[in-house]
Amino acid sequence: MRATQSARCGRIAAPLAVGAAILVLWEAVVRVESVPPYILPGPLAIAESLWTDGPSLLGSLLVTLRVTLAALAAAAILGGMIAVLFSLSRIIELSLFPYAVILQVTPIVAIAPLIIIWVREPFLALLVCAWIVAFFPIVANTTVGLNSADRNLLALFQLYGASPVQVLRYLRLPTALPYFLAGLRISGGLALIGAVVAEFVAGTGGAETGLAFRILEAGYRLAIPRLFAALFLLSLTGIVIYLVLDGLSRVSLRHWHESALEEEEE
Amino acid sequence: MTSRSIVALRGIGKRFSSGLTALESIDLDIGQGEFLSLIGPSGCGKTTLLRIIAGLAEPSEGERRLALATVTGERARAGRVGFVFQDPTLMPWGTVVDNVLLPFRIAGRVGSTERERVGAEIRAVGLAGFERTYPRQLSGGMRMRVSIARALVTDPDLLLLDEPFAALDEITRMALNEDLLQLWESRRTTVVFVTHSVFESVYLSTRIAVMTARPGRIAADLPVELPQPRERALRTSPGYTTICATLSNELARAMSA
Repeated sequence: MRATQSARCGRIAAPLAVGAAILVLWEAVVRVESVPPYILPGPLAIAESLWTDGPSLLGSLLVTLRVTLAALAAAAILGGMIAVLFSLSRIIELSLFPYAVILQVTPIVAIAPLIIIWVREPFLALLVCAWIVAFFPIVANTTVGLNSADRNLLALFQLYGASPVQVLRYLRLPTALPYFLAGLRISGGLALIGAVVAEFVAGTGGAETGLAFRILEAGYRLAIPRLFAALFLLSLTGIVIYLVLDGLSRVSLRHWHESALEEEEE
Repeated sequence: MTSRSIVALRGIGKRFSSGLTALESIDLDIGQGEFLSLIGPSGCGKTTLLRIIAGLAEPSEGERRLALATVTGERARAGRVGFVFQDPTLMPWGTVVDNVLLPFRIAGRVGSTERERVGAEIRAVGLAGFERTYPRQLSGGMRMRVSIARALVTDPDLLLLDEPFAALDEITRMALNEDLLQLWESRRTTVVFVTHSVFESVYLSTRIAVMTARPGRIAADLPVELPQPRERALRTSPGYTTICATLSNELARAMSA
């Protein structure tokens, strides 16, 4: 009881302490060595920039976040549907899966310029780029999940004369849910990376500028504290996306899946 | 055979693509209301035979006929046969009720009658109060009870059990033996029970078929003429021990054959 409590405290306190120590050390090194802020700004300078440029950076963050979330939603829906299609027909899976792999292993930086040329609408172009990066883990994971239904349960469904749709609905989909959610957690981070990479390639991409372009711009102007501030916001966003998806996974699996169980209640 | 035969197997053989002959010329009639145990060494094809009876596997040769109460077409037969696997084989994402309700859900009938039926079956296997519990919160024996309730909820004409208690401890096993007997005595469902245990099979069955290994054949077919209802005291009676001894000898012969 006490052990688990202190373990829980440690899980939050220990990394926080490490982070604080690094920040203090960083600030001290920058001051003692008087490193110019255009090489490496101290945490205080970054915090100041975060405060002054915050509102405009948040606006840009919103632009990037919109692309990220739309791409993640599209990856979840389309990826899930593709996986169901694969599980229903072995021949479709065999003929299409290699192309999904090709799409996945081709570096997005290399094909993003093409996509931006082909897709005129900037938001849509960014969305497609981020989607290409994000959809594969969902397809691959969900396909494995749909195919790992318990053999005896499948036999039982056969015995009771279940239709393929019933097997899918009552057996394969619930079996696949933990796999889908694991894929979704990976895709959350990837969608953000995809959106950022696409923005890097696309430049301003129209009237609205995302956070990635602000980073480029800050780099050109040697406004390094602002660059760090934007970077900080980006990482924070990634962490929040991960935590939200992790929470979603825990809530939806809390009754039955090993991954979501609390410490054994005895 | 005095009673109507509900399962008729004629010359059943099963070869796997690997070349292994699992079963060879099995002839077996199972009468209505019988409690038949299939006993034999590991790998003698007991499970394969049970799956063939259930229609989950096709024999390579021979004929299988089921004479169930209402047999018209494959769809209508759904629910007339209950199957209990060696593992409880429950859906971990569903509660006890969800799991026992499964046969009705597949049949597309989930009304108040069916829910009442499910509730009654859960009480019959001694799990009243656990309706909303998830399988992971139950012990191994309780999970097996859920599995039995699911097999019985459609009131099947034929109940097939594939070493259902093999993974359980001795005490739980005895308790489940008693409960299975009671369920059988009150309904007289025809039962085919696959087991490794001599004592279990003699205690439960009205008839025991001994099988040889590779290829699986039926080496002996013994009636168990012990008084009914079976009671705990029977386990120490001379009649019981005599049949156990006879069965052990038959089993030894089957294994050396």
